Amino acid sequence: MSLLGEIEGDVVPTEAGRGDDGGVLRFITAGSVDDGKSTLIGRLLHDTRQILGDQLAAVSRASRRRGFDTLDLSLLTDGLEAEREQGITIDVAYRAFATPKRKFIIADTPGHEQYTRNMVTGASTADLAVVLVDAGKGILTQSRRHAIIAGLLRIPHLVVAVNKMDVVGYAEEAFGRIRDSFRPFIAGLDFPRVDFLPLSALHGDMVVERGGRMSWYRGRTLLQILETARVDRAGNDGLFLPIQLVARPEESGCAGRRGYLGRIESGNVRVGDTVTVLPRGRTTRVHGIRVFEGAIESAQAPVSVTLFLEDQLDVSRGDVIALPGRQIRVTSGFDATLCWLAEEQLTRGRRYLLKHGARTVKARLGEPVHRVNVNTLEREPAESLGLNEIGRVPVQVAAPLAWRPYREHRVAGSFILIDESNNGTVAAGMIE
Amino acid sequence: MTLAAEAHAPLRPAAAPARSHLDWLESEAIFILREVAGECGNPMLLFSGGKDSAVLLRLAEKAFRPGRFPFPLLHIDTGHNFPEVLAFRDRRVADLGERLIVRRVEESIRRGTVRLRSPDESRNAAQSVTLLEAISEFGFDAAIGGARRDEEKARAKERVFSFRDEYGQWDPRNQRPELWDLYNPRVRGGEHVRVFPISNWTELDVWQYIAREGLDLPSIYYSHRRPVVRRNGLLVPVTDLTPPRAGERVEALPVRFRTVGDIPCTCPVESRAATPEEIVVETASTQVSERGATRMDDQTSDASMERRKKEGYF
Repeated sequence: MSLLGEIEGDVVPTEAGRGDDGGVLRFITAGSVDDGKSTLIGRLLHDTRQILGDQLAAVSRASRRRGFDTLDLSLLTDGLEAEREQGITIDVAYRAFATPKRKFIIADTPGHEQYTRNMVTGASTADLAVVLVDAGKGILTQSRRHAIIAGLLRIPHLVVAVNKMDVVGYAEEAFGRIRDSFRPFIAGLDFPRVDFLPLSALHGDMVVERGGRMSWYRGRTLLQILETARVDRAGNDGLFLPIQLVARPEESGCAGRRGYLGRIESGNVRVGDTVTVLPRGRTTRVHGIRVFEGAIESAQAPVSVTLFLEDQLDVSRGDVIALPGRQIRVTSGFDATLCWLAEEQLTRGRRYLLKHGARTVKARLGEPVHRVNVNTLEREPAESLGLNEIGRVPVQVAAPLAWRPYREHRVAGSFILIDESNNGTVAAGMIE
Repeated sequence: MTLAAEAHAPLRPAAAPARSHLDWLESEAIFILREVAGECGNPMLLFSGGKDSAVLLRLAEKAFRPGRFPFPLLHIDTGHNFPEVLAFRDRRVADLGERLIVRRVEESIRRGTVRLRSPDESRNAAQSVTLLEAISEFGFDAAIGGARRDEEKARAKERVFSFRDEYGQWDPRNQRPELWDLYNPRVRGGEHVRVFPISNWTELDVWQYIAREGLDLPSIYYSHRRPVVRRNGLLVPVTDLTPPRAGERVEALPVRFRTVGDIPCTCPVESRAATPEEIVVETASTQVSERGATRMDDQTSDASMERRKKEGYF
């Protein structure tokens, strides 16, 4: 009997009807109210023709109502009634748009007092960050803060967009000055890829169209950068597959075997591969792989699959199927960088729930090693962490976890903390 | 049987790497559905017979087949349905062999928990009451729905796992932060979460997926000739519930529905698109947004969706 024949369904043909269309790029835009962030997003949507006639008419009416005689593109991203009343944005909004090259999901985070919490949230899933700098004002404290947070969350690609070039007469010197003053600071943040570009969101120069006013700039437009940015998510990293569900043998699709359901978070897997099931560390081989369409020979991130193993092991939700080797550590204690998201501050010694991959365990936090000043990256002593504060904290968990440092692997190294008393998500954690 | 012996089987092709945006969206949605199954004690999936929930059902098949769905399907029936939609609902449920629960706005009206000014008015908002009653009747802790962030401004602010208090209310100012793909669906008795696996999809993505997967849909999603009147820039279908007003001229036009909901608030658009592929082309070049073209209830104010959502609307 053939290996694949055991598994219900057809063997799936290769790449039928599926093309590489650039996939999805998730990015975050960081900037405060005055940086023209909403205008930039509005400009991107408008110039890539995502805005439909009726939506444009609504913005035009609203612009007039507020006394603007031109179209205020920032109104395109305006959200809730509560926000419109107060002229602010209160939370992370996600917007999707597409060009013929790629689909994009923007995390639009507001730039006021809850900034750190919102930006950390938006940054956690971003492949690229656009940090806006006002050409008229130059590098401000908040510019450094935005870059620091993008760096802490290990966003691999930073784009520093010097906006409002119209205000400085589209002068090359103004752009050059800002770039040269920011570059040494950025270099210390270890971004694998960095771009600087000048633009005017208000008039559209260098966003989607090049415009005619900055012929001295030879680099790519913002949209060109977004369309060609590399997405590392799948990577060539080792296999990491947290098990979400276990299917009983009667309904797993492979007679007599349990099925392990989960998404391949990195790497690839092939029938016959030797794998380790963590945290226990039992080694076995992959007996088969199934998707809805049928049995397949191999799969790679980020596909959701059902896996069958050679040996019948005691495997449950939260275990991880991984490439054997030393990359993944199994411990019940580690240091983590925590971003505190709740009003109530971190309480040392108190029990929290920690969700890592598909596993939730009890956790206890130790005394903070230090707090990070998000404006300067300097370390400060701290007894606790309050809302919007980031610091390094020792974590003890009630059962061993299979993890990798966050700087190596964004899925294997990230977790959230939950307050059991009200079920709120109180912290984002990155394992050091 | 050893692996070595089996390895004589001819080498089979590999799965396509998930490179197209649809593959990425699909894998994310499967991941979300499996998280619901892994984390929630008593979830259900809202199935209206519309295109978005038809996509959800295919995604649930991809997540759980050949196993059964780890949740029942729930339809909140406003009593104002296009017959093609009910026929599709029953056909699809029979194909899947899954359990369908139907709860009717009529029952809420009879109980007195829904009061309408007139029997023919839109029951779109009244659905929230019946939905919350069903959630409480069955003790559901999670409701999976097909809402998308691109539909409406208020929905762009919604989490994938969106918390509802014991009154079913959404508080946009007090949402749980949602980081990475680490969802927190924990609730106490009486509370629940709404889960939106296709949050990141657009109308165009949905139609591309329907075309790629060859999904069955109610026939009224495709071009057909229907008597309509022109009212406030919309094409209002002529039905028993929505008769022509004095002075209005009834025309038989080729139309299709972009959304399908309660009859008194759902309008078709003029179209000759008869296949998913033709709709993909039309959707990519349309000049009117999905709800702008079709929903009378969203036109009452800038914030009508936001207000309904705060009240527990889906």
